[in-house]
Formats: sequence, structure tokens, C-alpha cells
Amino acid sequence: MEKINLGAFRFSGSTLGEIPDLRQLDPADKAEMLMSGVDVEERDRAGTYLQVDHGRVHCKSLQKGVEILDIKEALAKYDGLPGYFWTQVDKDKDEFTRSAAENLHGGYFVRTEKGAKITEPVQSCLFLKGDMIGQNVHNVVIVEDDSELHIITGCSVAHGSKGAAHLGISEFFVGKNAKLTFTMIHNWADSTVVRPRTGGVVDEGGVFINNYVLLKPVKDLQSYPAIRLNGRGAVARFNSVIVAPKGSYVDSGSRIELNAPDTRGEIISRTIASGGTIVARGFIGGNSVPAKGHLECKGLILGGGVIHAIPELRGAMDGVELSHEAAVGKIAQEEIEYLMARGLDEGEATSTIVRGFLNVDIMGLPQELKDVIEKTISESEKDMF
Amino acid sequence: MLRIENLHVKIGDREVLSGINLHITENETFILFGPNGSGKTTLLMTLMGFGNYEITKGRILFRGQDITHASIYERARLGIGMSFQRPPTIHGLKTRHLVKMCARDGEVDVEALARKVNMDTFLDRDINAGFSGGEIKRSELLQLMAQKPYMLLFDEPESGVDLENMKLIGSTVRDVLSGGIDPKSGSSMKEQRVRKRPVSGLIITHTGYILEYVNADRGQVLYNGHLCCEANPRDILDHIGQYGYQECVRCLQ
Repeated sequence: MEKINLGAFRFSGSTLGEIPDLRQLDPADKAEMLMSGVDVEERDRAGTYLQVDHGRVHCKSLQKGVEILDIKEALAKYDGLPGYFWTQVDKDKDEFTRSAAENLHGGYFVRTEKGAKITEPVQSCLFLKGDMIGQNVHNVVIVEDDSELHIITGCSVAHGSKGAAHLGISEFFVGKNAKLTFTMIHNWADSTVVRPRTGGVVDEGGVFINNYVLLKPVKDLQSYPAIRLNGRGAVARFNSVIVAPKGSYVDSGSRIELNAPDTRGEIISRTIASGGTIVARGFIGGNSVPAKGHLECKGLILGGGVIHAIPELRGAMDGVELSHEAAVGKIAQEEIEYLMARGLDEGEATSTIVRGFLNVDIMGLPQELKDVIEKTISESEKDMF
Repeated sequence: MLRIENLHVKIGDREVLSGINLHITENETFILFGPNGSGKTTLLMTLMGFGNYEITKGRILFRGQDITHASIYERARLGIGMSFQRPPTIHGLKTRHLVKMCARDGEVDVEALARKVNMDTFLDRDINAGFSGGEIKRSELLQLMAQKPYMLLFDEPESGVDLENMKLIGSTVRDVLSGGIDPKSGSSMKEQRVRKRPVSGLIITHTGYILEYVNADRGQVLYNGHLCCEANPRDILDHIGQYGYQECVRCLQ
């Protein structure tokens, strides 16, 4: 990992203005956004937040029970969001959090009403269009008691981007018996540097499911969301699918603290290095009983690269149950031959095994998004074998 | 259907098969006996074309075509199908998806086939993940039913299977070997035989339980890489049951 010189990026002056109809977006940008799960028709979506470079271009809720605002509006409307804003991430953690604190460009604020089950996903996209743009965003998601929400957020850069930096703060609040599914699809370029800083808290009986997909090249990404399960019976699960082609450096992990009785945490990551470097981290801390945690990081090296798996468990009480399973290796010849004996040629067999390995099915995504991901996987297979 | 001529096979530096000659005709089911380590599984794996089995001499002809050096998938597409004894688990690959792929471009009613072998509740599970002995056999049969091969290779269809499963597996093996045709009135056996797809079988067995279910035409003992003692499979089984394989040793000397 190289040191990032934030001074090389432009952190002001690029705003596009409102785009009321997403279909009017530049076709090339639209194609990039589609790859990260954005539906420009806004069909089957409960709402949209779209930001390009330094400002919001589209923000709309399409379903009762969910409020979607530009974070700046939300701060004005709710007196600076006390008890929420900068409570899950330390403002002084590093130069990236400080940059986001000092010069906020935008980000989304999404809040459900108590008891509201939002059936369609809310979509968001934080897009980097200009060259050498630095983007500071801060997102706050509040899922009130007994409500349910799915957010699909894509982060993307314009085709042919020569360089960009994305610094994003995200804070999650999952209420009592509430459920948040947060699916993030990263679609960067080989010149993009990315520093998300994420934290969240889950109350009694709440469920937080985090899906993360990174299939495209990225210059340098470091991400380590931390979730605290503070209420009895709270559950968190992280599913990650990461591919690092040549030139990519990805340091990605997740952290779960089991702070209350009957909490459960699970971290499952699947990584493929096809020339790039992946540091796959995971941490589960058992600080209360009974509590269970399981960590699974599996990596394949296909066509060069490095995978460094760092699974960590920390039990701090009698009776915690924590386990992990880590593997870095290759596709078993035995599996390829088994499928070949069913009539698949070597390429088909390998591709079938890789798709099974990446196991996007586990995320329970809408079909059209799954199709987009499948397509991206088959494109990136060219680098793998 | 299948003709093996003077086949010599090495695994690493060790010759495991030494001059095998075997001809299996259309619609014939052949039973292979032999003690552990005699080369039975090696013969099946070589017929399927697996990597670790090096053919040093001889050739394999399948339906008139020389497949001695064909790849695994070419053999599968030509119509050789194999039931694995210990198939690998492939995580994230649903049984349903694999069965569909076995049919290649052909139409296949996965649900209906799965019901036949009592596997309908397994279709959304990862293939072979946590399957019991009987479940593995049923899953292998399900895949073969979709694949519809002309030549079926079974490696110990009865191993690790309880009695209840044995009945279902035995009758399904019989069904697959008959090309999926049940006896019915209104058409004679002869007429049915003419219309049906030719299917032959090569079955490895230790216990002989499978003989209760399939019409086995011929059998032979494989001992130390050599085939010997061609006879009716039941007679071979009775003989081995009584005297073990020591008579084969004497015979080969």
C-alpha cells in the first residue's frame, strides 16, 4: 500500500446540478452506474440518492415510510443529527476522516419510520466523473425499531477515469427488531483510491446484513467496517466477494463485536487474486455470553497475485463460541475433472467452480442485479484462466 | 460398444493394469470383481480419461472411435458416464444446476428426475456437501439420468448404502441400464429393444448386492492388473464367497 497524497486531488468546484430524470444521464455514465446496481428507470426501487463528484444530482423517496435526504439537508433539518452524526466513526481517526469532516460534499441520509417494512431497495450511487476529483461523503442510515430496509449502493467512476479519490464515512443504526440489508457494489478503475470508514450499532433483536462486491480493478482500497451488537439477540453477517486483477491493492475486512447475550456474528469472504493483492481481514470479538461467531475467509490465486488472510478471534469471557476457517489455494483438479466427466470442457468446469466459490446467491439480491454481477464475473474471468 | 485392447496403465512409476482385453457389446452389462488394490478403479478412471492414469500401451475404442487419448469431456459427450465413489463437494454449485448442465443442450425435467431417486429436497443444496453414502449414490444416478450415456461405469454402487437405499439405487441402476424403458403390454420385448437407445454397463462390485437388481450378462475377476476367470457373475460371486481370491492366484500362475 502506498501513501495517498490527498493534495493531488481536487476537493472542490465540481458540481453538476439537479438531474430530475435519471434517464437523461450521459449514456456512458449510465452504463457504469448500471454495473454497480443502479436502475435508472427507478422501477422496483423505494428511492434514489445519486451524487456526482461534489454534489447531489438526484434525491427522491418513492415509498411511504422511508425518508431519503442529502446529508446536508438532514443536518439542517435535525439540528446536526445529535446522537448519530460522527458517533460510530472517529472524526480524528486519520487524514481521510478529517478530510470528510472538514469539507463535506454530500452523502445520503436514509431513515425508516418505526415499523415500516420497505419492500423495494433504496438505491444510491456515489459517482466520480471528473479527473483527479476527490470526493468526501458522509452517509447515515437509521432503521427504526421493527422496520426493514435494503439499500443497494454502487460506487463508480466515469469510464476512462485517470484518477479519483473516494473518501466515504458511513454510520448505521439498526433499531430493536429492525433489519438492514446493505449491499455495496464497487465499480472503480485502476487509478482510483478508496477509503471508506464505516461503523454501526445494532440494538436488541436487530439484524444487519452487509454484502460487498468488488470485481473491477481498483488502485488502492482500504475498508474495514466495524459493527457492534449491543442489544440482546442482535445478529450481523458480512458477505464479501472480492476479485483483485493485476494492479489492484485491496485491504478489506470486517469487524463484529458481540457485546450482548445471544448475539451472533458471521463473516464470510471469498477472494480471488488474479494478479493483484488482497489482504482479507476479519475480526470477531466475544464480550458477552452466550454468543457465537464464525469467520470464514477463503481465497483462490488464479493467475498470480497475493492473498493474505488475517482472521482474528478474541474471546473475553467464559462460554463464548468463536470459530474460523481460512484457506488460500487453487481450484482442486478433482473438482474440475468431476465436472468434465459430466461433459463440461475445462473452461466451463473452471468457470462453474469459480462462480460457486464466489457464491453471490448467498446475498439474496434482486435478479437483475445478480445478472449484472454474473456478467461482470464472466468478464473478469479472462484474467483468471 | 466398448473395446479395450492390450491396455497397460501406469500410476506414477507403477504399472497397475497389464494387458487388459475386454469387449462389452451393446446392451450388455459386465461385472468386474477383484480384491482391493487389484486395479478395478484404475480401469474405470482410465476409461473416463482421468489425468493421473497414464496409458503406456494398447487402446480403447468406444462405439468404433479410438478414444485412447481423448479428454474427459470428449468421452462424456460421446456417451460415457461414470458414477463416482467419492465425488468432491463443490461449494456454491447447486445440485439442480449441475443436473441441468449434465443434460447439455437437451431438455430435462430436473424435478421429475429428482423425485425418481428421492432427491427433490436436495436440489437447492450444494452438490455433495454433507451427503451421506446413499445420498451420494442417488445424486450420481440423478446426474447420469440427465446425462443419458450409452456406456455406464459404476464404481461400487452399493458401498456405504443402507438396505432401504439399496433397493431404490439397485432398481434405478437397472432402469438407467435399460435405457429407461419399462416392460409394458402392447409391445413385445423384441420391439422395445429395437427402438431403445443402446446402453451398456460396467460395474465394479465387492458384495454382489447389485446383482439382485441388474441383469448382469458376464463377469470377470481383475487380479493384480490382469483379467481372468470369465463366467456368469453369480457363479464368480459364489466362488469368491467360498474360496476368496486365492483360487485366482493359482489360476493366474
